[in-house]
Amino acid sequence: MSILATSLPGFPDAAPVAGLAGGVLIGLAAALMLLGAGWIAGVSGIAARAFAIGEGAMPRSAAFAFLIGLPLGALIVTLLTGAPAPQFASPLLLAAAGVIVGIGTRLGSGCTSGHGVCGMSRLSQRSLVATASFMVTGFATVAVMNALGIVVLP
Amino acid sequence: MMRAVVVALASGTIFGAGLALGGMTDPARVRGFLDLLGAWDPTLAFVMGGAVMVMALAWIVQRSMQRPLFAEAFALPNRSDLTPRLIGGSALFGIGWGIAGLCPGPGFAALAIDAPAAAIFLAAMLAGMMLVRLVDRPA
Repeated sequence: MSILATSLPGFPDAAPVAGLAGGVLIGLAAALMLLGAGWIAGVSGIAARAFAIGEGAMPRSAAFAFLIGLPLGALIVTLLTGAPAPQFASPLLLAAAGVIVGIGTRLGSGCTSGHGVCGMSRLSQRSLVATASFMVTGFATVAVMNALGIVVLP
Repeated sequence: MMRAVVVALASGTIFGAGLALGGMTDPARVRGFLDLLGAWDPTLAFVMGGAVMVMALAWIVQRSMQRPLFAEAFALPNRSDLTPRLIGGSALFGIGWGIAGLCPGPGFAALAIDAPAAAIFLAAMLAGMMLVRLVDRPA
C-alpha cells in the first residue's frame, strides 16, 4: 500500500495516487449504476428517494441498497488500509452543516456526486454551473471561518 | 427489480470504497482542499478528476446503448435551464460542505468510521431535505 502514500512535490499533505485511485473507483461505481441500471449515482437524490422525500424512477429498495453499500465499502477500505480514524466537527456544527447541505442539495437538485461527477462528465450545463457554485461558496466558507478563527476539527 | 437492487448495492459499495480510499471520508482532507488561501491540499481534485474521467467514458458507452444492461430504460435528467433555485441551492450546499467538510456521500460512508458524528450530520441533512419538500408542497 506504500504507493498510495505517494505525495506531491510542494504539497506534503496531498495523496494524489490514493486520490486518483479512489476517484477511479467512484467513477466505476457511477458507471455501473448508469450502464447497469440506467440511474444517476447522485447521493443526495438517492438519499431523498430512499427516505420518500423525493420522486424518481429508482425503486426505494434500490436506493436503500446503494446507501447501505456506502459505509460497507468504506469499512472494507478502512480495514484493508488500517488508516487512522479521522476527526469530525462538533455535534452542533455537524447538525448546522447537515441542515444546510440538505436544503441546498434539494434546491440545487444534486451534490458533489450527481452534479460534480455524473453531470460534469456529461457536460451538463446545469451541473457545470451548480458545481462552480458550490465550489466557490465552499472555498469562501472555509476562508471566512479561518479568518474568524473558527476551529472546526481539533 | 432484484437485479437492480444488487446493482445498486454493488455500486454503493464500490462508491464508498472509493470515497474512503480517496480520503473523502476525512473532513480535514476535504476542508484542506477548500482551504485555497491556506495550506491547500489538492487531493480532492485528483479524486474528482479520476471519477470524471471514468464517467466520461461511461457516457460515451451509454450513447450507443438502447437500454441499461439490467433494466428496461435509462432514467436520466434532461433539463438544461439555469435557475436561481439551482444556483442558490448549490451555493447553500457549498456553505454546508465547507462548514463540516462533509457532503452526502461521505456522510453515509462515515457511518462506518464515526457512526455518531455521521448520524447527526445525516439526520440534520434529511431534516433539511424534508423542510424543502414541506415548503414546496405544504401537507
